[in-house]
Amino acid sequence: MTATEPDDTARRSAIRDSLGVGLAVGAYGFAFGAASVAAGLSVLQTCLLSLLAFTGGTQFAVVGVVAGGGTLVAALGSGLLLASRNTLYAMRLAPLLNVRGARRFVAAHGTIDESTAMAIAQRTPILSRVAFWWTFAGVFTFWNLSTLLGAAGASALGNPNRFGLDAVIPAAFLALLAPRLRAGAIERRVAVGGALIAAILIPITPPGVPVLASCAALLLAGTVRGRPA
Amino acid sequence: MNLWALVIATIVGCYLLKLAGYLVPARVLDHPRTRRLVELLPVALLAALVVVEALANGRHLEFNGPRLAGFAVGAVAVWRRAPFLVVVVAAAVTAALLRLA
Repeated sequence: MTATEPDDTARRSAIRDSLGVGLAVGAYGFAFGAASVAAGLSVLQTCLLSLLAFTGGTQFAVVGVVAGGGTLVAALGSGLLLASRNTLYAMRLAPLLNVRGARRFVAAHGTIDESTAMAIAQRTPILSRVAFWWTFAGVFTFWNLSTLLGAAGASALGNPNRFGLDAVIPAAFLALLAPRLRAGAIERRVAVGGALIAAILIPITPPGVPVLASCAALLLAGTVRGRPA
Repeated sequence: MNLWALVIATIVGCYLLKLAGYLVPARVLDHPRTRRLVELLPVALLAALVVVEALANGRHLEFNGPRLAGFAVGAVAVWRRAPFLVVVVAAAVTAALLRLA
């Protein structure tokens, strides 16, 4: 049944794009490694987060709250709320990848923004599977390598703010936010609401709380499409 | 704070959230409102993180010139849809050069 097989060109192009995405997040991993060590985590703790938590926005959020002096609950809460989108991705990917048995547990680990976006963008389910696994492999490799380099570099070179790391982190969050801002007016309203709540709470609540409390901005979405459940 | 407890709880929590999507029957979680809520959650959180990382120093609002300038240059790069590497390098180089000056 050659008709259901992806032709070599399409397959090669999906693999090339997937590895390109992996390389691109390398820059981000470097920043995470440096930020994590600057926040007070050890190189080992930093690398374990990248290897085993393996979801960039959450990792950044957790070490960001630690760096700001927040509590364990605030750091974990922000991180896991941000990670909850991976559950939606997994639900979307499950029928597409059609994974069974032990492979489900491996596929779960690779379910992140990049692998989901690349899988969904393909024309056929076979290409989706190629894109998912190759993006997972590419991002996993470069994310972990660059985390190690960033963490080791930061512990060797001292204060990473000399190299502008403190400017990189908010820009990195903005880069993650940007495609969502382009998605619609409700997204933009929720973003402005979340940003305002955080700005107002910074001087009056303990570190970490401004990020958690920003979730209240979701109520702004309820005025248009029924109150969120 | 016990950093090891935080690292382990983050790892376990993140993995279980991913796995849940494969193991839990879709109808349990797949209500349009739940879906929309989970889609919008990162929007609020990421926007708050941008503000906190740009402006907070512990419990104080801090307007640090090189940091804000680097962030602004990075933001323009994001707006111009530059690749992520360009965003990172532009923000870092701007802040670092202003600190040297």
